[in-house]
Amino acid sequence: MERSWQRWLIRFGIFIVMAIICIPGLWIVMTAFRDNVEVMARPPVWIPERWTLDNFRAILGLSETQQGIPVIRYFLNSLVISVTSTVLAVLIGMMGGYAFARYRFKGKNVAFLWLMLSRTVPGISLSLPVFIIWSRLGLIDTSIGVILVYLALNIPFTIWLIDGFFRQIPLSLSEAAQVDGCTRWQAFWKIEFPLAKSGIASAGIFAFLTSWNEFALASQLTRTTASKTLPVGLMDFTAQFTVDWTGMCAMAVIIIVPALILTFIVQKHLIAGLTFGGVKG
Amino acid sequence: MAEVRLEKLVKSYGKIGVVHGIDLTIAHNEFVVLVGPSGCGKSTTLRMIAGLEDITGGTISIGDRVVNDLPPRARNISMVFQNYALYPHMTVKENLGFSLKIAKQDAATIEARVAEAAEILGLTPLLERTPGELSGGQRQRVAMGRSIVRHPDVFLFDEPLSNLDAKLRGQMRVEIKKLHQKVKTTIVYVTHDQVEAMTLADRIVIMKDGHIEQVGTPAEVFEKPKNTFVASFIGSPPMNLLDATVADEAGRKVAKLADGVTLALPAAAAEKVRDGQAITVGFRAEAFSPVGYGLFGDSEVATIERTIILPEPLGTETLLYTELGGKEVQGKMLNPRVVKPGEQLSFNLDLSRLHVFDKASGMSVLV
Ligand SMILES: Nc1ncnc2c1ncn2[C@@H]1O[C@H](COP(=O)(O)OP(=O)(O)OP(=O)(O)O)[C@@H](O)[C@H]1O
Ligand SMILES: [Mg+2]
Repeated sequence: MERSWQRWLIRFGIFIVMAIICIPGLWIVMTAFRDNVEVMARPPVWIPERWTLDNFRAILGLSETQQGIPVIRYFLNSLVISVTSTVLAVLIGMMGGYAFARYRFKGKNVAFLWLMLSRTVPGISLSLPVFIIWSRLGLIDTSIGVILVYLALNIPFTIWLIDGFFRQIPLSLSEAAQVDGCTRWQAFWKIEFPLAKSGIASAGIFAFLTSWNEFALASQLTRTTASKTLPVGLMDFTAQFTVDWTGMCAMAVIIIVPALILTFIVQKHLIAGLTFGGVKG
Repeated sequence: MAEVRLEKLVKSYGKIGVVHGIDLTIAHNEFVVLVGPSGCGKSTTLRMIAGLEDITGGTISIGDRVVNDLPPRARNISMVFQNYALYPHMTVKENLGFSLKIAKQDAATIEARVAEAAEILGLTPLLERTPGELSGGQRQRVAMGRSIVRHPDVFLFDEPLSNLDAKLRGQMRVEIKKLHQKVKTTIVYVTHDQVEAMTLADRIVIMKDGHIEQVGTPAEVFEKPKNTFVASFIGSPPMNLLDATVADEAGRKVAKLADGVTLALPAAAAEKVRDGQAITVGFRAEAFSPVGYGLFGDSEVATIERTIILPEPLGTETLLYTELGGKEVQGKMLNPRVVKPGEQLSFNLDLSRLHVFDKASGMSVLV
């Protein structure tokens, strides 16, 4: 009796939490497909009466009434910046993580600690110094400038995560491979890398999402279509007195969808844990 | 020909010495077991032979090549690790064939060699499984199979049986012995279990604190231990070791124990000691049995009355704990009858099987 009572309480709790998480997202998606009149209506219209793709047409510059926003340009900027910074962060994370997991060297613990401490500093607090330095170096409003900042954000995290995964792989596996005829390099690619793959994939997805969604720093460091990313582009919808809510939501959907797709693709690897049947003890 | 030669082999980690100048020659196709207590440097020595650990000093040669600076893959050795180190993401078949694939053998050769190894080790029905789907003993066999497919010059084993339960360990011991008879190769085998060492080895190397204490066949190290360490390490139960002083009794050298009991020393040992010398006398439980319950032939015996502290029946024999020279000692009763604690028994001690060590150095007086 009490059991089922408790279970319902838990379900109710989960429902509330999920509602808090999901409803705003759902609202954004719904808004993206409604027309402005309906969105602004008082009292609010909860269930959309008419679905439309006009908002997407508008921001893509396909309609006559409204000047388009360079969404494609922003999308490409975002893609280039996120993919480049993710690939580099994962590569460096793999090298760093492997080194921290496998080699003994002077100052290893201190170096690791500093990497972790760098995560405790809120990125935005560095935006002014970064801005000053970047403007001296001519990196303001360039993709490279943003990529560098995202690398700095992501690398400590990828190193930390990947280090943990390499640590779980017994050293004797690599040694066995070396005895079996591999160079250390081959042993890495044939044995250790496949076993750490899920960790590396997790690091990749986190790094990508961080870069893809980051707004605060990008809004300082980008100016024009040369480097503006999608989240920064959202601000184009706010004018001095008005906000184009439907356009903004349509763009938000464009931001969310690739991230969702990527997460679904990689998820298989995230869940597939390591199967350590190879060693005992 | 794959003779393994260690000359003045030294290993240290920073200032800490771990192996202190080992000299050892392992003959072609010989089965050598390195045995010793935990931390004595057995694994380190083995890993230096494998090339997984660099050498601080001395040389290692395999065949007629000095391999000091060769990486593991260039040494044509194979190794079975204590934790098996099977590749978890590969099937048994892929595990077995991995080294051949790395060596770029063609598929047909790999297939044939894997099948051959699987046949020898009874792995044929398991080839498609992954290591996670195998029992401990099966994993152990895959690890051995992975070593034999390559036809290496030298097999290295690092405590391969220590993760198995007692019964399986016994079975695998026999399998390893058979394997050596089938696949003639030089084997260096590390264990801290002296029973494994005795049963498997052509020659045993007993190590302690990075030094070799004695090298010899199982019979040699059992019957002629060079020092008290070897004497107490080899054999189960361990040899009884009692402090004594050499005295003269009716023109014969005797060992006078702490409780006043005297034991006549065997002639060979008597020549090497002087009156008043502090010695340690040793005898195995087999040489100390109740009258009528031991094997003494026509050796000279000392007969001593003792009180049983504890009998430990083992079926065909009973271990008897009693006290001699102020210490607890163990005797053995063959074809035993029931014995109760506190019972008085007459023991025969076979004097010809008495070992005599110098107390100060711990060395046998016969070497
Ligand atoms: N990386 C290292 N740094 C410092 N000392 C080490 C290192 N590896 C091993 N040692 C030391 O070397 C000594 C010998 O180690 P080794 O592993 O060879 O012992 P072992 O005889 O195999 O013991 P066991 O039976 O416990 O496996 C030990 O005292 C150990 O503490
Ligand atoms: Mg060891």
